[in-house]
Amino acid sequence: MVFLKTAWHALKKRWHTLTDTRYFWPIFLMAGLAFCVAVDTFGFVDLYLQLILIYLGINIILTVSLNLINGYMGEFSVGHAGFMAVGAYVASLLTVHGLPAGVSVNFFFPLAILVGGVAAALVGFLVAIPSFKTRGDYLAIVTLAFCMIVKSVLENIDAVGGPRGLLGMEKLTTLPWVFFWTVLSLWVIRNLVYSNFGRGILSIREDEIASDLMSVNSRQVKIIAFVVSSFFAGIAGGLFAHALQFINPRMFDILKSTDVLIMVYLGGIASISGSIIGASIYTILLEILRPLGVWRMVLMPLMLVLLMIFRPHGIMGMREARLFTPLRDLATEKLWRQKKEGAPDATP
Amino acid sequence: MAYIFQQALNALQLGSIYALIALGYTMVYGILTMINFAHGDLFMIGAFFCFLLAVHLKLSFVPTLLLSMLGVAGLGVIIERLAYKPLRNAPRVSAIITALGVGLFLENFTLALSPYPKHIPPLLENTTWILGTLSISSLQIIIILLSLVLMLILDFIVQHTKAGMAMRAISWDKTIVALMGVPVNKIISLTFAIGTGLGGAAGMLYGLAYPVIDPYMGIIIGWKAFICAVVGGIGNIRGAMIGGFILGAVEILVAAFFPSTFRDFVAFTLLLILLIVRPYGILGKPHPQKV
Repeated sequence: MVFLKTAWHALKKRWHTLTDTRYFWPIFLMAGLAFCVAVDTFGFVDLYLQLILIYLGINIILTVSLNLINGYMGEFSVGHAGFMAVGAYVASLLTVHGLPAGVSVNFFFPLAILVGGVAAALVGFLVAIPSFKTRGDYLAIVTLAFCMIVKSVLENIDAVGGPRGLLGMEKLTTLPWVFFWTVLSLWVIRNLVYSNFGRGILSIREDEIASDLMSVNSRQVKIIAFVVSSFFAGIAGGLFAHALQFINPRMFDILKSTDVLIMVYLGGIASISGSIIGASIYTILLEILRPLGVWRMVLMPLMLVLLMIFRPHGIMGMREARLFTPLRDLATEKLWRQKKEGAPDATP
Repeated sequence: MAYIFQQALNALQLGSIYALIALGYTMVYGILTMINFAHGDLFMIGAFFCFLLAVHLKLSFVPTLLLSMLGVAGLGVIIERLAYKPLRNAPRVSAIITALGVGLFLENFTLALSPYPKHIPPLLENTTWILGTLSISSLQIIIILLSLVLMLILDFIVQHTKAGMAMRAISWDKTIVALMGVPVNKIISLTFAIGTGLGGAAGMLYGLAYPVIDPYMGIIIGWKAFICAVVGGIGNIRGAMIGGFILGAVEILVAAFFPSTFRDFVAFTLLLILLIVRPYGILGKPHPQKV
């Protein structure tokens, strides 16, 4: 046992010396992008696997953006599928009906996704307004009602297909694009929460009144958090629509929000690495268990309940992989660990 | 006039079912400050119990009602013991996610066992009285009266018995109450049993009123009942009843005057406006936050 432990620590140290260099992230990202482009052009990975990777990226975007509100800001939003629906519908309408003459749809696609994200962000701005006064379970209801209103409105507009849904999108969501947006969302949200401004988001989670007293502009912080989160949810929606090539309002109901919630809390709140782990485990496990048929949907929630009972904070709850922690925070954390030496794992 | 009365009767029928489910949410919240998101699925289980008892055991109305209430109440207590009790001191969101997980488990387990929608046979002879242009079915009257009786019994238990006093005390302060010699765990189990039992009754009544049941029926109705509980002020038992009747009335009124697809849209928009005006529900009291 002791040998294993020393070996593990040595391995960990090796890994850290590797990741702490300045060149790690650029090389890693370039390699990732090169892999995605290669897969997309040469197609040496079969299409089923490619599709799973695309969904994995979309789920990571959704998870990390919901983690901004539910994990870092400490609210309980259950309407993430609503933002996703807005992004999906706006982007799809643009590529299906709004394509300007003489423009290739491949060039137009990123713009459409971006516009979808901006539309979702505008809606997120509206949802942020009730959050000034209401908190906790009441805000959960506001977001829930918002999700149901979006679904209901989409079902009643005949121009977007109503309950029949919308089709006619080309398969424009490719692996490189998903990789790009996933990295962008992780980068933006990670830098946001570690920035000076982002510390305000965390302070709202800990105590809103106290953070007001510390001159955090809580309204501004809430608006920014909701806008950023819903923007990326909209992006994920647009990518999802162009990967599946068909959307209908029922796809974005409360069950979809529940899926994202499960990924967030499985991976652990307030953690970028946790979001990646949670989304990966959930997506991949569901695919691995596919031979079980309906019973995999019985097994998944059961595993979630067991995980919550034995590890209530999720896999990475309130912790962060060293890979995603800025260097100045690493020093603080080291100091904090030395002080706590011998003390049991202090979970907040 | 008769039309208005007819719609009022429909609203009462739907509202009483919503109110019965909302009571389960609000009781559990009052005592544990936890949202039991599996409650809507327990409501569904109630309807399926009713189906099993009525079709396979050929029981009549009263034993079916009592047994399905008892079955769902037992299931509720088991869920509380196995899934929620270990999390009583964990962060609140873990308990909520566990509840979501339990709900998904119940849905998919039922789906795996019975993939097709089921039809509940009419357990009561349904006579329809016609008064002029107004038609009143005995089923409607029975649903409304039965839920009112159940609510009155619940109100009596909570306000006038020793166990009810203990429930109210626990919702006030769990730690101190335990020091006073109140068996907290037993009272929490009792609360779960009563709350989920009412949900089971609602499932059966819903199954009688709208006879096609499927494993996913609990989701939307459960969330709507949760909304009722919040509109009335979550944690407040009388508020949950009022909230149920309000949502029932709004849904029926919207369906009466607009295309019925607008129902959810109008109902939820009204809910949003209400929450912005009164963030703590109709009967709820704001909790002052202290630093």
